[in-house]
Amino acid sequence: MVAGLTKGERQFAIVISVVLALCGLFLAGAGHQRPLGVHGLLIAFLGIATVFVVLSGYIAPEPSEERLSSYYDDPSKAGIIIAMIWAIFAMFIGDWVAWLLAYPEMTFDAAWASFGRLRPVHTTGVIFGFGGNALIATSFHVMQRTCRARMPDQLSPWFVLLGYNLFCILAVSGYFIGVTQSKEYAEPEWYADIWLVIVWVTYFVLYLRTLARRQEPHIYVANWYYLAFILVVAVLHIVNNLAVPVSLGHAKSYSAFSGVQDAMTQWWYGHNAVAFFLTAGFLGMLYYYLPKRAERPIFSYRLSIISFWGITFLYMWAGSHHLHYTALPHWVQTLGMTFSVMLLVPSWASAGNALLTLNGAWHRVRDDATLRFMMVAAVFYGISTFEGSFLAIRPVNSLSHYTDWTVGHVHAGALGWVAFITFGSIYAVVPILWKRERMYSARLVEVHFWLALAGTLIYVFAMWNSGIIQGLMWRTYTESGTLAYSFIDSLVAMHPYYVARAIGGLLFLIGAAIGFYNIWMTVRTAREEPLEPVADRPIASDTPAGAVQPGE
Amino acid sequence: MIDLDHDILVAFAKSFGLFYLMALSIGVVVYACWPSNKKRFERAARSVLDDEEGPWR
Ligand code: HEM
Ligand code: HEM
Repeated sequence: MVAGLTKGERQFAIVISVVLALCGLFLAGAGHQRPLGVHGLLIAFLGIATVFVVLSGYIAPEPSEERLSSYYDDPSKAGIIIAMIWAIFAMFIGDWVAWLLAYPEMTFDAAWASFGRLRPVHTTGVIFGFGGNALIATSFHVMQRTCRARMPDQLSPWFVLLGYNLFCILAVSGYFIGVTQSKEYAEPEWYADIWLVIVWVTYFVLYLRTLARRQEPHIYVANWYYLAFILVVAVLHIVNNLAVPVSLGHAKSYSAFSGVQDAMTQWWYGHNAVAFFLTAGFLGMLYYYLPKRAERPIFSYRLSIISFWGITFLYMWAGSHHLHYTALPHWVQTLGMTFSVMLLVPSWASAGNALLTLNGAWHRVRDDATLRFMMVAAVFYGISTFEGSFLAIRPVNSLSHYTDWTVGHVHAGALGWVAFITFGSIYAVVPILWKRERMYSARLVEVHFWLALAGTLIYVFAMWNSGIIQGLMWRTYTESGTLAYSFIDSLVAMHPYYVARAIGGLLFLIGAAIGFYNIWMTVRTAREEPLEPVADRPIASDTPAGAVQPGE
Repeated sequence: MIDLDHDILVAFAKSFGLFYLMALSIGVVVYACWPSNKKRFERAARSVLDDEEGPWR
């Protein structure tokens, strides 16, 4: 890691770490015994540890000029491993939360293990820890290849990756000790938020600097999606987190917005977090790794451009569908609903584009589990966006809101789309990054695929059933006009579905653990060693390139 | 101060999006279908299939 940095970069890294450690010490002093003090010490400790890491490699010889004729992949490698660690941790917590809903005793009377604290640990861990690291790692890979240019320096990608993980650690450790600003998907408090702004702006600038060095005249569409993800997340994060801290020595802050404005800002943020964090970035992965793995250009490049602009501009207006039947003006709800329905068009254009790219290569999908991961992801992307447009229709939402149907929709998207495209892309990129022939074991990729698919289907079907039953029970009236079921009745009816969901989640988690083992062994296995006979590479071209002219 | 009352603001908020989104969608479709762009797009679509040699210098 340090050996890849030039002397100047090593010095600058030390300066950054020292400044970070000093900020940590300041917060530790100002925060006293309060949670902020704990975070201050944590920041100071990590800053000092980084200084030592850099110092220990300080005298290593500088990287030679030859480095400039290869891509800089070390941060991508680290990012992939870190993403997998987050995946296991956060899905473990997710499954714990799932069992907790079935058996509430499982909090063991400990504050940190209560549902309200574990749940955001799960959501932050999977979305930002797993998803975010995978996005950063793959974006570094994709931007360099599609630009045919090396990143401009070695320090800023490490700053982005490690700084981002510091944010994730502050977020997750904060929930355990009770730090939260109670905005879903934006729970971290002001100091963590400010840090993320610094990291994220560096990320954006790094991407632009790499694009500026590009040798390709046209910017490949995957980059547009990644850039939209970075830029819009920056805007959302800054606006939604405008807040005034109680004091510099206190973690608590108060939002700049109040009442219905606060709700609208939060769900403008929340829905666009879905759109640009959980969708746009992963579409970037899809548009790069799927054609590459299938060894076929995307079915229609034009369509990919049109759907890009459709998605970016329609999503911005859809957030109010989270606030149906609230104090939000009726016309704003209707606006959100209309845009959500229109969103189906570019969403299905992307899903269809991906599937049509595979049309004619179905034998590969059959034989190659990595490509199958990506295909299933495209299918679930189609399903969850259809479902989303449906849920956004106000009368439908009156049934689904507050029920497990929403949770089913979330995980059709999160497991079926986000996690599947990520695993597919990781299996595609790991052999490339570590310069291996193929993954350590193709059979384990296969096992992971089926565990993940079974887990997702069990999870999603359990929640669909449970959600609709729940919704119907809450609106069933007796002849005398009173509610037919008490809330507890509906809880009892949910129990079997909660157990099923927890089992489905467990399968999914086991699959991810197997995936991690497989990746680890791929990295550990020396290049020369003979590997398993079954190849896990794109199957050699059987159609001459150029024979198919898709999209025109 | 200009008298920008609530009704005017709401009327604007409710309608400006219509025009700018229409303009945007027409612009995008024209750009994507512009005949002289076809070559670049095809080239870009193929360019990702073989890109591991290292940066061009
Ligand atoms: C092992 C796999 C997983 C399990 C067992 C699991 C379980 C859970 C549970 C029990 C909840 C709380 C539901 C409730 O409050 O009623 C939840 C919420 C959530 N999970 Fe997962 N999860 C898993 C994977 C994932 C992944 C991979 C993602 C994202 C990429 C994700 C994103 C979310 C989100 C966004 C929520 C909040 C939903 C809402 O507020 O409506 N989960 N999950
Ligand atoms: C066209 C695309 C989509 C539309 C129109 C849409 C619409 C909706 C609607 C109407 C809700 C329920 C709001 C409520 O009743 O509170 C919802 C919730 C949610 N959706 Fe989607 N959805 C779409 C795609 C996706 C995708 C692809 C994902 C994930 C990867 C996703 C993740 C979520 C999450 C996390 C929530 C829960 C938010 C919460 O915490 O309450 N959505 N979506």
